[in-house]
Order: sequence, then structure tokens, then C-alpha cells
Amino acid sequence: MKRDVNSEIAFTHILSRKKQTLVASLGVTVGITAFVFLNSLILGFNRFFDDQIFRSMPHMRIYKDDEISKSLVSKKDSSTLPVVVNPKFLNKTKNLINPQLLVNEMNHQPDVVAAAQWVSVNLFYTSGKTQMNGIASGANIKEADAMFDITSTMVEGKAHNLESVTNGILIGVGIAEKLNLRLNDNLTVISSIGASKVMKVVGIFKTSNSISDKTKSYMNLSAAQQLLREGPSYVTDIYINVKDPDKVAQYKPFFEKLSGYKVEEWKEANETFVAASKTRSVMMRSISGAILLVAAFGIYNILNMTIMQKLNDIAILKATGFSGKDVIKIFVSEALIMGTFGTLIGLTLATLLVNLVSHVYVGGDIGFFPIRFEPSIMGLGAFVGILVTTAAGFIPARNAAKVDPVEIFRK
Amino acid sequence: MRDTLVLQTNKIGKYFYDPVKFKVLDNISFDVKHGEFLTLVGKSGCGKSTLLYILSTMDTEYEGELIIDGESLTNKKTDRLAQVRNEKIGFVFQFHYLLPEFSCLKNVMIPALKLGKYSYKEIEHRAYQKLEILGIKDEALKPASKLSGGQQQRVAIARALVNDPKIIMGDEPTGNLDSKNTQIVFEIFKQLTQEHDQTIIAVTHDNDFAKASDRTIEMMDGKIINLNKQWD
Ligand SMILES: Nc1ncnc2c1ncn2[C@@H]1O[C@H](COP(=O)(O)OP(=O)(O)OP(=O)(O)O)[C@@H](O)[C@H]1O
Ligand SMILES: [Mg+2]
Repeated sequence: MKRDVNSEIAFTHILSRKKQTLVASLGVTVGITAFVFLNSLILGFNRFFDDQIFRSMPHMRIYKDDEISKSLVSKKDSSTLPVVVNPKFLNKTKNLINPQLLVNEMNHQPDVVAAAQWVSVNLFYTSGKTQMNGIASGANIKEADAMFDITSTMVEGKAHNLESVTNGILIGVGIAEKLNLRLNDNLTVISSIGASKVMKVVGIFKTSNSISDKTKSYMNLSAAQQLLREGPSYVTDIYINVKDPDKVAQYKPFFEKLSGYKVEEWKEANETFVAASKTRSVMMRSISGAILLVAAFGIYNILNMTIMQKLNDIAILKATGFSGKDVIKIFVSEALIMGTFGTLIGLTLATLLVNLVSHVYVGGDIGFFPIRFEPSIMGLGAFVGILVTTAAGFIPARNAAKVDPVEIFRK
Repeated sequence: MRDTLVLQTNKIGKYFYDPVKFKVLDNISFDVKHGEFLTLVGKSGCGKSTLLYILSTMDTEYEGELIIDGESLTNKKTDRLAQVRNEKIGFVFQFHYLLPEFSCLKNVMIPALKLGKYSYKEIEHRAYQKLEILGIKDEALKPASKLSGGQQQRVAIARALVNDPKIIMGDEPTGNLDSKNTQIVFEIFKQLTQEHDQTIIAVTHDNDFAKASDRTIEMMDGKIINLNKQWD
């Protein structure tokens, strides 16, 4: 291997000022650690809140939109008159036509991972004299479990008990406590239109959201239909999960066309949440960016200083035949060495830190601190660290290349 | 090779503008042959160093023309000039100029590593040879900053020789040396011109040194007053 004289000079410079090099590198270390840590934090938070949302909400929901009559019918030709009427809702029912067929069709789409028929019922849970209001989801438990992984939240009983018990109900742990209910107890539910039904508790679940544990329940589709006094084909929503929930906006028009109904995606239903998560991301990115900038400035500074002290050496190198490009290479290499060194330590430190924090138990609905370790963030950190330091080194290096040896020698 | 020109200047002139405009070099025209040992003398401030910087291609702000080894270097790109310096010119400065963090050996090797004509091992070998010629082989591995002024100057001369340049330019190359070492350097220069056809252009205040060279150009106030000074 032919030894490159430029990098040899760079290494010698670096080794002969170990302390300053270390300080500049540690600046990069701090920057990269913060960058990776904060980005892992953003990712962890966003994943956590996404999970939270997708435990109770599908990526997309197909439903029948309200239609409003046209208030003005303009005249067709000279023999007719325009008609003006009060606008009013046209559809009498929110029922989707032939929901089973629609679900089957959705399940055949390559990007769909789960589809479920759904009927939501506002109701009261009553037991003795105590009453609680809440929302029951009427669904095919197989479909619902595939979508929301209800099984993993069960603390008593099994989700699939619903299949064998037609008047079975799965209730949240908050409801069970307040109404003092145990497995296999009966409770009466009364829907908002006044239909009541005695249900049997076949399971109790506990999610990470204590509010939904106090309001939510699952029952069979038929039970929900009865509580709404509707027939067995009455389904108001079809829930759909896709492979990538971030791409729902792209899928939406396709699914609207396919189903002929309105599609609502989760981002529309959670605008506040999406905005909050964006704000969080922007905030943390700015902070990590600022820290990185300071680190880059450290490199810039140390290199500028080095060059100031080495004007003589630069003049000699140029006098003995090194070109401006060689001088740039030498000093950019120095920045690169310091940057790479600092970045590597930074990545190691960040890994340790993320690992440490992810084992902190915060309790409550959150459990362990929601931070996530991702190789892609490490890759990004390495890339950004090396890029930023090289760029920071380039400016002083370019100035060094402009040094006029004659001016130095005349002094 | 002898009797052919290695360097020509054609009406070189130069101005300084600070603090006031004045012509530091005026109408400098002379030729140097292959294998010639040329010295440049004149009173302090007459423009010898300024001229040498132009000849070495480091200073490009001048009028007139500079030709080295048949190639006109006036208005050439800086990258090309760097190449020419690396390959064809060895420079010894008025004050020893070494890279302090490197060993003497490395200092000598660096221009050769840049040229890349020989392998690392060969370059190391050649560098040792040059140091040996100048009598400082024993100091080869010491850091340059730990040497005496005279020793440093000899390392700088070894460095100027390492690429076997066509021309070796020196701004008082023996300024820091005692008479014994001055004599040694003079003999080396003489040998290079006679045996290897290399050319020396040296600025000096040492009249004995100048007298013993092949030819002496004398300057005064930025002009050449004598292209071949005769000593009496
Ligand atoms: N950068 C500069 N700006 C303005 N004037 C300069 C500059 N450098 C040198 N001079 C002037 O140019 C003249 C020639 O300087 P130069 O260094 O070439 O002299 P010299 O012959 O080498 O002298 P010495 O024998 O003392 O080294 C001097 O009058 C000097 O003051
Ligand atoms: Mg001078």
C-alpha cells in the first residue's frame, strides 16, 4: 500500500496535540450523544403514542357519510322552474350494504393486514344501583383480536370466550372494579335508545389507558345489533389496518373508490395528536441540531487555531511542492479524524444511555420509559457527525490553502 | 546538457504598494545554464530575496517572463507551479524552516513522498543518504525542533536535495553555519553542479563564498548592475 503523505501529516499534527484534539473530539461526542439520544426519544415517544392510539383505533375506518339534500335545483330548460328547499339529511340509516363482502374484498388487498366489521353502541353498565356509561364495540372477536391484540390485555378470562357465549362481554378492569364484577358475573347494559340486555362477563382486560378501562367493552356483533334494535346485517363501520400507518393518506382515495363509502384515516381523527407529535419532533430536532452545531464550531475553532499556529508549516509545505488542494486535504483529514473519533465515542455513549433510560420504570399507564434503540438512528448519527465535522473543517482548511508562503517567509 | 539554459528571466519587474508604490525590481533579465553555480550579491534591501521568490515560482505577482527548463511559468496555474517546485526546485531559506513535529528524516522525506516517484523504503534510504552527505545522519530520528540552528539548516539543505532537483535555490543557505560547515556546504554545491549537472542559485553576503562560485550577479536598488562580477 502506498502511504499517503497528506494523511500522514494530518495524523502527525493530531498526535502532537493530543489534548486539544481530545477536547474537540469530545465536543463532537457530546453532540452526537445528544443527537442520537434525542432522536431515540422522539422515536420512542411517537411509537408509544401511536401504539396507544392503535390499541383503540384502526388505521382507517370506512363508514357511510351523512348526505345533505341540495338546497337549490336549478332549472333544466325554459319549461321548468328552479326549486329551492331547506337542506336536510337524506340518509335514514348508517348501515353499510353487504359488509361481509366488503370485508372479504378488503382482506384481498395486498397492503391490508386486518379488516373488521364494527358496530359501536353507547350504553350504561348497571349492576345493582351503580351505573356507568361507556361504549361497547360489537365485533367479530377473531377480527377484532387480530386488529387490536385484545388477548394480550386480558387479565381474567379469554377474549375468544366471546365465540362460544353469545351474550358474553369483555369489560375493562375499571368497570369491573367500580361495579364489583368478577368473571362469570352478570351485568345489565342499557343502550342509548333504551334497549337493555343481560350480559355475562367472560373476560376482563387492562390496557395502558385507564380511561378506556373505565368505559370500554367488547361484545359480539349480534348483541350490539340487538341493543340498537337492528337486524343481523347492520354494520356501521369497517375497520382496516394497513402495513404502514404513516401512508394512510395515500391509501385513502383508493379505498374510497373501492368501497364506495367515505374513509377516515387516523391522522384526520387525531389532528391534535399528530400536531403535538410534530411539535415534539421539531423541538427535539432543533435542540439536537443546536448541540451538534456547537460541536461543529468546536472543530472549526480548533482547526482555525491550529492553522494560525502552523502558518509556517503551511508555507514550507507549499514551498516544497504541496498544492492548495493538498493543504485542504491535510486539514480536512484532521477534522475527519477528530470527527470520526468523537462520533464513535458518541455512538457508544448514546447506546449505553438509551439502554439505561429504557430500563427506567416510570409506572402509570406508561410502564418503562418509552425510548427506542434503532440502528437507523445510529447510522444517521454517524453520517451527520462525520458530515458536520468535515464541513466544519473545510472552511478553515480552505483558508489555509490560500496562505501565501512568500508573505510568511518575508516576516 | 552544459551550455543549455535551465532558467531565463525576461524583463522581470515588480512593485510594492505598501506603504507607497515603489519598484522593487526593475528590468531583470539573465540566463542560467545547466550545471552553473551562480551567486547573487548586493546590499541589504536591494531586492535579492524578492527576486528569489519570483524565481522559485512562489511569487506570481510580477511583470516580464520566467522560463524554467524550457517551460514558461508566467501565468501558469498554481497547481502546476506546485508540481514544478516539487520536482525541479529545491529551496533553502534564509532562516531554517523545518516542520517541528516531524523527525529530521521525515522532514527530508516529505517532498519525496509528495513526488511519489520512489517507494517509501527507497525514499527513506535516499533521505538517509542526503543526511549523511551533510554530516547529520546521527540526528536523523531526532525531532527537528531539538536541533541546533546550524544542524537545522543542513537538514533543510538535505531536504532541498532529496528530489534531485534541476535547480537548488538558497537565500543565504550558509547564513547560520560556521566556517567549517560553510566550507562543507560549498563543496557539496560544487560537487552537485560538476558531477550531477544540477544548478545552484544562491543569495549570499559571504564574499568568499561568492568569489569561489562560477559566476556572481550583483544587484543594486532592484536592478542588475553586473551580470558577471569580477573580483579583484
Ligand atoms: N511585503 C513588502 N511590502 C513592501 N515592501 C517590501 C515588502 N517586502 C520587502 N519590501 C521591501 O523591498 C525591498 C527589497 O527587499 P528584499 O527582502 O528583497 O531585500 P534583500 O535584498 O533580500 O535584503 P537582505 O539582504 O537584507 O535580505 C526592501 O526595501 C524591503 O523593505
Ligand atoms: Mg533577503
